[in-house]
Amino acid sequence: MIGANVNDWLNEHGDYLYRFALARLRDPHQAEDAVQETMLAAIKNNSFEGESTPRTWLTGIIKHKIIDIQRKQIREQPLSDLVDLDATDNSMDDFFDQTGHWLERPQVWDMPGSALEQKQFLATLSKCLDNLPAKLAALFMMRDVHEIDNEKICKELEITATNAWVMLYRARMGLRKCLEMNWITG
Amino acid sequence: MLTCKQASQLVSQSLDRPLSLPDRIRLRFHLFICDACTRFNQQLNKLRIAVQALRGNIENDSAIQLPLEAKARIVKHVSDSSESNQH
Ligand SMILES: [Zn+2]
Repeated sequence: MIGANVNDWLNEHGDYLYRFALARLRDPHQAEDAVQETMLAAIKNNSFEGESTPRTWLTGIIKHKIIDIQRKQIREQPLSDLVDLDATDNSMDDFFDQTGHWLERPQVWDMPGSALEQKQFLATLSKCLDNLPAKLAALFMMRDVHEIDNEKICKELEITATNAWVMLYRARMGLRKCLEMNWITG
Repeated sequence: MLTCKQASQLVSQSLDRPLSLPDRIRLRFHLFICDACTRFNQQLNKLRIAVQALRGNIENDSAIQLPLEAKARIVKHVSDSSESNQH
């Protein structure tokens, strides 16, 4: 009986899968979608032979479902932004002068020591991710959090390696700037 | 000579692919003489560690659970769609 399977899987692994997706997608609705798509795929192909446990099997499925959602999120944005990107453009004028020198020199970051500081720092980081343009944030999450390699990202998104590097560069520049401005310690 | 703008691009790219040997040498030389880009390099490494810590915090937070309503929606959706497949 199909319903019983899904119920069992969700009782057993639902919270785990939900957190796994939420950590990568940062959006509760998208995380729920990822779990749902995983259950649909699991029902269709109800076998985990060759995998050590049902959890490993379901985790393997949800990894792909997360990429599907991230791809959609990035590709639904206007394409012009994607093809406009060029390493020689002027989008970095906020950071560098005409001769390529830093306008504001990066500071030394003392990483948070105490658990409380750590919590505050991660809360700030989370806000900074929210402030990034959605497409850049999704790509950054795909690369640095979901740890998909660059080649696969380019294939999934049908963008060039240069496009990917430029967007990741922008995302990281934006994040580090945001952290410098908003992370107040002590 | 690399500018800081170029050096910062190579620092970011080095997180995504192995740099070519000439780029690696030029970047290493720039970082050797430039404090600002050295700090930037350290910042990106710390940023990556931090976002992975953020991921770990969510993954390991047992207070975060699949909401019961979400679970009900999923069960209904899956059984609806498998029924419609059978007809
Ligand atoms: Zn420099």
